Amino acid sequence: MHQTAASINVRRRNSFDAKAARERCRRYRRRILDISQQVTALHVAPAFSCVEITDAIYHSLKRRKSDGSFLDAFVMSKGHGCMIQYVILEELGVLTRRDLDLYCQPGGRLGAHPDYGTPGIEASTGSLGHGMGIATGQAYAEKLKGTDVIIYCVLSDGEFQEGSTWEAIMMAANLRVDNLIAFMDYNDFGGLERMSDGHKAFYPLVPKAEAFGWEAIEVDGHNEEAMLEAVSNRRGGRPMLLVCRTIKGKGVSYMENVPIWHYRSPNPEEYRQGLKELDEAAR
Amino acid sequence: MRNRFADTFYQLGKTDSRLCVVVADISPAGSIAKFRTEFPNRFINTGVAEQIMIGMVAGMAQRGLRPFAYTIATFTLYRPFEMVRDDLCYQNLPVTIVGIGGGVTYSTLGATHHAQEDIAIASAIPNMSVIAPCDPAETEAATRWCATQERGPVYLRLGKAGEPDFTSNADEKFIFGKLRYLRRGSDICILAYGSIMKMAVEIANRLQEQGRSVSIVSIHTLKPLDLEGLASALSTHHELVVIEETSPQGSLGTKIKALAYELGASCPIRCFSLKDEFIHNYGSHDALLASHGLSADAIHSAIIKSG
Repeated sequence: MHQTAASINVRRRNSFDAKAARERCRRYRRRILDISQQVTALHVAPAFSCVEITDAIYHSLKRRKSDGSFLDAFVMSKGHGCMIQYVILEELGVLTRRDLDLYCQPGGRLGAHPDYGTPGIEASTGSLGHGMGIATGQAYAEKLKGTDVIIYCVLSDGEFQEGSTWEAIMMAANLRVDNLIAFMDYNDFGGLERMSDGHKAFYPLVPKAEAFGWEAIEVDGHNEEAMLEAVSNRRGGRPMLLVCRTIKGKGVSYMENVPIWHYRSPNPEEYRQGLKELDEAAR
Repeated sequence: MRNRFADTFYQLGKTDSRLCVVVADISPAGSIAKFRTEFPNRFINTGVAEQIMIGMVAGMAQRGLRPFAYTIATFTLYRPFEMVRDDLCYQNLPVTIVGIGGGVTYSTLGATHHAQEDIAIASAIPNMSVIAPCDPAETEAATRWCATQERGPVYLRLGKAGEPDFTSNADEKFIFGKLRYLRRGSDICILAYGSIMKMAVEIANRLQEQGRSVSIVSIHTLKPLDLEGLASALSTHHELVVIEETSPQGSLGTKIKALAYELGASCPIRCFSLKDEFIHNYGSHDALLASHGLSADAIHSAIIKSG
């Protein structure tokens, strides 16, 4: 049942358009800020740190079937980052504008964490430490079925403090599911504090993953080209982890690396400033 | 039960390639070992790691497989509880989690290995179905149902090996969600599930020798409960006796009493269960049950006294 790594290699993305990707990411961050004005609390900063990672997965990595639906799967293990998934699914026409307008509202179907069964949502997450196990099961199932489907998974760095994540890491390596590609959104912040201050034994990350039988590489998580190159250059034969260096709240100065923005929504003035900064950075 | 489960699973697995078994460092009994040899890729051992056992079966079910997770009942349900709740039940996936040694089967291993509260805990989760067959034949029927159902997650509570047969000649077949009369009478109705059925049958025999007309019901499906069947049992008997190897909180007995209250039923209901206490003594399975008041002698005399 095990296929060679070459047979499931992700095809090289010579056609990657960095400018178009940057423009999409600006649009996604703007849309998330728009939605933040409708509700009192949502996870803006945790979504902003994985905008480029998620954009790369949806627009460059996930392959499509002939009917247009996605062939490859995606598990947003850091469920609190799902705003970026929602706005991408909206743009792809999987979710509607009305879905997003009713985010966290009565009559709506989108909450602050993704719910399996909602169009485009491939796993219910929100409680941390579940996604890697689910993704490992999904990857193994595809191996058993003899397909070349790849499972992409985005996790927070904080999730790697959960023992369940390491149970999954060991098992994925044991099963040699080389169709599992995980991205750690390494923004260095839990809900409370900088992880590198409070949890020094958490580091180093790449050697840990390698010691557990994974292929691992550290990359700039806001540079899609670098992430795509890392994925295409993977050796294969084992699951892969990209430790993606990111900035929590990336793109809006007052949010960047400020813990309160894990939960807070901007007030109208902060909202306008945020939009201005995003637009200025795009020029 | 354990061996019949294994035989049945092996037979079904030969023709349905979606069936997989994921264990957490438990030795595969009987035909599961054969399954492992013949289908090595569909037998997965996660080691001493129950959270990934449950997480994995969720992911496998999402991609079209029909996995069973299999280990000692406490480790099927308690250790990975949030994975059972979120990954299996919240996502409502057709996965069976098998708990071996439900109740206090592992009588010498201490309370860490006693699944005293498993029925209450499993039943409390939305979408979860709970089945506890009483003998090997019923285990086979339940396993067949679990392997082919599309309803959602199931907790299948099994005993160990060597249970006697009570149901292979029963008039009524196993139907998920329906209680099952193994014997029909008109005076006392004894309801039980799981391996404690042996005690229920012994008590029924003694009562019959004393001239009482006794029904015996295997109430194998604890969730969803057969409310119609229970209402009928309440209205057609003079007394209900519930015998179960589980804690009183969230037990079948409390649910039947609540139902009887709602129905305005006047039929007396006597409930016998484990106590709400951990067990610090050791010995045979029967000895542990007896230490919590569950023995044929104790229950029989309580019924006689009240009658």
